[in-house]
Amino acid sequence: MPDQMLTATLRVNGEDRTVVFPSHHTLLEVLREELTLPGTKHGCELGECGTCTVLVDGDPVLSCLVLAGEMEGHEIETVEGLQINNELHPLQEAFADLGAAQCGYCTPGILMAAKALLRDEADPSKEQICDALAGNLCRCTGYHKIIQGVQWAASKMRGDATAPPREVFYGDPLPNGGRDE
Amino acid sequence: MLRLPPFQLHNPTNLDDAAKMLADHGGKARLLAGGTDLLPNMKRRHQSAAALIGLRRVEGLRGIRDSGSGETAIGAMTTLTDIVRSELIHAKYPMLWRAVASISSPVLQSTGTIGGNLCLDTRCTYYNQNEEWRESISFCMKEEGQTCWVAPSSPRCWAISASDSAPVLSAIEAKVKLVSAGDGERIIAVRDLFNDDGIDYLKKRPDEVLTEVILPDPSAFKASHWKLRRRGSIDYSVLTVGAAAWFDGDKVQKLNIHLGAVNSYPAVPEKTCEFLIGKILDEETIAEAAGMSRQGSTPMDNTDFLARWRGQMVERYVSAALREIAGLDPGVKKPRHAM
Amino acid sequence: MSNRDIHRAGVDAPSKTDKQSGVPGKTREDQPFNLIGKPFRRVDGRAKVTGQTRFADDLTFPRMVHMRIRRSTVPHALIKSIDTSKAAGMPGVLGFVTGEEMPNTFGILPVSHDEHALCMDKVRFVGDPVVAVAALTEDQAYAACAAIEVEYEVLETIASVDEAVAVPEPRIHDYGDEGNLHKKVSMEFGDLDGGFEDADVIMEDTCYFEGNTHLPMEQHATVAVPEDDGRITVCSSTQTPHYLHRSLSKVLELPASRVRVIATPNGGGFGGKSDPFNHEIVAAKMALKLGRPVKIALTREEVFYCHRGRHPVHMHMRTGFKKDGSMTAQHLQTALDGGSYGSYGVASTYYTGALQTVTYKLPRYRFDSIRAFTNKPPCGPKRGHGTPQPRFGLEVHLDKAAHQLGIDPADIRLQNLVEPGTVTANYLKVGSIGLGKCIEAVVEGSGWRERYGKLPEGRGLGLACGSYLCGAGLPIYWNHMPQSGVQLQLDRSGCVAVFCGETEIGQGSDSVLAAVVAEILGIDLQDIRLCVGDTDLTPVDLGSYSSRVTLMVGNAARQAAERARDLIAKHVAEKLEIPARQIHFADRRVFDLENPDNGMTFAEAVVVAESKDGTLGTTGSYIPPRSPGRYRGSGVGPSPAYSYTAVVVEVEVDPTTGIYDVVHVWCAHDVGKCINPALVMGQIEGSIYMGLGEAMMEEQVFRRLPKKRSPALVHRHPSLLEYKSPTFNDMPPVTSYIIEDPDPNGPFGAKEVGQGPLLPVMPAVANAIFDAVGARVDQIPIAPHMVRAALDAKEKGKEPRFGPKPGFPDVDFGAPLKVLTPDEGGDGKAENQDEAKVRKGTGTMTERKDALKDGAWKESQRENKKGGN
Repeated sequence: MPDQMLTATLRVNGEDRTVVFPSHHTLLEVLREELTLPGTKHGCELGECGTCTVLVDGDPVLSCLVLAGEMEGHEIETVEGLQINNELHPLQEAFADLGAAQCGYCTPGILMAAKALLRDEADPSKEQICDALAGNLCRCTGYHKIIQGVQWAASKMRGDATAPPREVFYGDPLPNGGRDE
Repeated sequence: MLRLPPFQLHNPTNLDDAAKMLADHGGKARLLAGGTDLLPNMKRRHQSAAALIGLRRVEGLRGIRDSGSGETAIGAMTTLTDIVRSELIHAKYPMLWRAVASISSPVLQSTGTIGGNLCLDTRCTYYNQNEEWRESISFCMKEEGQTCWVAPSSPRCWAISASDSAPVLSAIEAKVKLVSAGDGERIIAVRDLFNDDGIDYLKKRPDEVLTEVILPDPSAFKASHWKLRRRGSIDYSVLTVGAAAWFDGDKVQKLNIHLGAVNSYPAVPEKTCEFLIGKILDEETIAEAAGMSRQGSTPMDNTDFLARWRGQMVERYVSAALREIAGLDPGVKKPRHAM
Repeated sequence: MSNRDIHRAGVDAPSKTDKQSGVPGKTREDQPFNLIGKPFRRVDGRAKVTGQTRFADDLTFPRMVHMRIRRSTVPHALIKSIDTSKAAGMPGVLGFVTGEEMPNTFGILPVSHDEHALCMDKVRFVGDPVVAVAALTEDQAYAACAAIEVEYEVLETIASVDEAVAVPEPRIHDYGDEGNLHKKVSMEFGDLDGGFEDADVIMEDTCYFEGNTHLPMEQHATVAVPEDDGRITVCSSTQTPHYLHRSLSKVLELPASRVRVIATPNGGGFGGKSDPFNHEIVAAKMALKLGRPVKIALTREEVFYCHRGRHPVHMHMRTGFKKDGSMTAQHLQTALDGGSYGSYGVASTYYTGALQTVTYKLPRYRFDSIRAFTNKPPCGPKRGHGTPQPRFGLEVHLDKAAHQLGIDPADIRLQNLVEPGTVTANYLKVGSIGLGKCIEAVVEGSGWRERYGKLPEGRGLGLACGSYLCGAGLPIYWNHMPQSGVQLQLDRSGCVAVFCGETEIGQGSDSVLAAVVAEILGIDLQDIRLCVGDTDLTPVDLGSYSSRVTLMVGNAARQAAERARDLIAKHVAEKLEIPARQIHFADRRVFDLENPDNGMTFAEAVVVAESKDGTLGTTGSYIPPRSPGRYRGSGVGPSPAYSYTAVVVEVEVDPTTGIYDVVHVWCAHDVGKCINPALVMGQIEGSIYMGLGEAMMEEQVFRRLPKKRSPALVHRHPSLLEYKSPTFNDMPPVTSYIIEDPDPNGPFGAKEVGQGPLLPVMPAVANAIFDAVGARVDQIPIAPHMVRAALDAKEKGKEPRFGPKPGFPDVDFGAPLKVLTPDEGGDGKAENQDEAKVRKGTGTMTERKDALKDGAWKESQRENKKGGN
């Protein structure tokens, strides 16, 4: 039996895009393959790693676990829509500057989950950040630079220009006073 | 990329249509609530369907309603995130809030629904695997095969009930509304929704749609929820304790405990519950009662952690739940997730 | 260019030292760094936060089709038949590839070319590749793949080292040292018996380190694109494009010049993408067969079958101590469960013994090891390659010794540190050692002196140290060529194009490469264009493994940039009529140090030089210094430099359940010199994270069904859900101290940081649990039930320990290779090289000279010429 094909107009990153796809394809597949937005990655396709996180109506959603055929009428945002024209989102700036993206594979999903958090919490605590991002696995960073990146971005978005403390970039000061310089 | 097998997708907009479509497909269609359980299972080819009936667009299934009479109704398509964000739930049913907030992680909670969580397929590390993996063990009793590999001489399937909400909803005596095209609607207790069987685990008929969860007036009881898992997120529970107590003065009038993830249904440690009736919940009584709680649990080697140790933990976690109800320090380490 | 021109660190030591805080002088050498040592945005940072980075699975090409591989569903069997007829008629199916189409074997080490791209006649584990199918869509390829029928004749399986020792037949492979033992090693450095006689106390321990896997977030993916004239381009998430290039050439029987490998940015590697993989070769074969681009993107389950991760290692350790805590002798025995293929296993085997000597003085040392073949996915190199397991054993062992001898665990280490510049008992030449500073930092930072042994029940501190290579001293196949090459092309626009075979796997190698060149030429990172990891366009770099990139690529880049600088300086000096040594490069200018206004922009300087010399380009290369070891097996362990780390872990244990949390980690790492401290921090934090995962939860373990009911031997949980890796909520606060003890062999003094900081984490956790509750868990990972079991034993008055039974499998090692130590007047050669019963050609990483004598070099040359074997 041939696949049931659906035609839908999806609103992605503020743009209406009409696409045709098989009814069993997930939002992840349609974003990457029909809409040529491969910025959204995948790590398991089973909802176990958070890599494919996108925003649906502002909430972080695992794009591997929703059918594209259910997404008409919803506002979808991907990592490609984070920047405005050539200007990076504060989260993107902070992640790039801190090395919060190492291999960069989990980064798009984490950026989207973090964006959703910052919508609800202008000044999230470390615990709030961890709870919000706890479904997104990263194997490179040990998470610290990501947490610091979210905090830095949050402060930028609050209009506070203060950069993170020196130890975030240089390591903690040696306990016997002064640095090993 | 692991992908879904082909199926027809239907997106009905009202309950009658959904129920009728379900009946018309005669068991070959499945309801798609959140999809966070069904879609992975279909990708792994251990659940299948010719058609999926999406409930996302069905009107009236999503939302939390205070009935005014003390009861609260949660629509089956209410997402776990809706519940976590609900001030009403957080204030009136903190044990339910805690159970729901601990489900997987926020990125999954936004899609998963309370109805879906109650109907969660039973789980087993011999079953929740890809097709090729299962082929290499010649499949198992729950799907395609003959043997339950957890207990090869057993005539039954031992897959476990891993729903986080089922034990606590059973304990507080919540009810669910089931609707079908043929019979209209019926209301049953959550604890009566489950069978003690890894395969036929749900008493909901295939033609029924679970539409609503009805929570009782919370002023009548005190409840608690404890959950054991390896990590501070993502993992399914490997031991859940949902407990609720009704008091007559300072004495226990009625006590419900339901254990998740140590049986194929939210099992009841009956001795513990009976023992506590008419007693005051003090340190010694709780210790004695918790000591009887392993009866009713059958932890097996089909999820994370050593099964024997999980069995030992039943007492610890039942004790924690009872101590919390009694206003004592729970006595076990708090999990790494927010509570 | 002759070998004499190659930058040999140590001979041609770095000229510039970090005087950032000093007063600028008038010579170029005294000038402060522009970039080095300062945090800068990684050069691939923007692409990675915008979704622009193209990983292998993000690539598409016109007419591209999709491939799936049907893998073995039985653990050990002969293939009786493969029936593709049903699949062939399915929609979209284009073709198949089977094993007989690619009879040549391959493997990462020349001594264990034991893999076929698709199994020929035998499968060795559940997941072994059998037959490939291509179809128009991945959906169709999946359906067709499932419809392929393979019949097997099942063979007995080997599931553990003990079984491999006990069951020599049937053999999993028809090569190897003995039965199902792939490798046997035994070597003795110095008078061991004498060493034990000198001891006041002899300690004995048995430990176990469970296997675990890399779990990169990106599943391996490859796209193979057929080109004109029978050429093929393979884009793949590989850490080692050069070795993949060689394997493709060999298996496809194509001259290497017709094969192009492009390493796409790796979405995490950690050693898991360092082998050439069957799916990469099969994709290329399929593409050549169909004449269309072919993509294969592995499922997560298949990634678990690629594996090449941490070997499960059973260890037995016996050490003599003086009362003051110094070691007199050690006998270490390791047994590695290698899985079904060789992979890096021979090197892994040696690595479980090689680095025991580089942290604390160990005058006499014996090392015995076996690696067994088992019917499980092949093990190989994961972050720390072979060294974390014995490091765990040694650091726990030392902790116990400190307790027995009444010495503080920090002091027993501080008092016995190896001196800088030492040649160890097993002939490793150690350079700078910042370990003392590292220990002092974590001891002070954690409040060790005030808190260790004094915290309330359930709270504890644990300390451990480690050391790691800055690049393997020898390449994987024998040759005299550079291990890293860099080529610069200077354009009159002021842009410098840097060509290098290195591979960005997230560690920041692109940024190191760009920073070194930008530093020396005094230009911005934005002036640099990188072309990396492309075997057609870039000079060879051996790959991102063994923590070699910063040191080796850095040195090669430095040489290339210095040559460019000198060339430009010469012509600019002529023009400015000043001595060339007075010319300085900074702030995108080239100018007179005496009179900074007298100068020009970098772009103008390039114009001056290009006008005089023609098109400008330079090269740089790096070969590590020669190691003093001359015995068979001395090829594993030598490195141009060694990094050092100390870690203190604080735990909180619930004694009633055994559940514990790591509540804080203090880590000090001697990185020699930071190229970019922000990236150094990232590596430290990431290593600690991965170490905690290994310590607390990660395990690649297997199930065997009851033999009378089923032959199955399967991975317990090949999924991201059930293979437990720590989440945001599982990561404790970390205090990281960067210690800089520059090594003369490192570029600007830099050493590695990608792997070293992981090593002490696991033993530090175990030691902390002991401090918290007085119970030992002598194995990794430490599950709560183990802590509880050790406490149960304690409560029953038994030894408060959970771990493997004391002892070691009964293996006849024969006479060990005997090597006199440098202290005993040894010359690095074995006394009994010829008699020692180590079979030839079965996987010994022989010394370079021997290999050349044996004709291996000529062999490899012939191979290159023929483009196959």
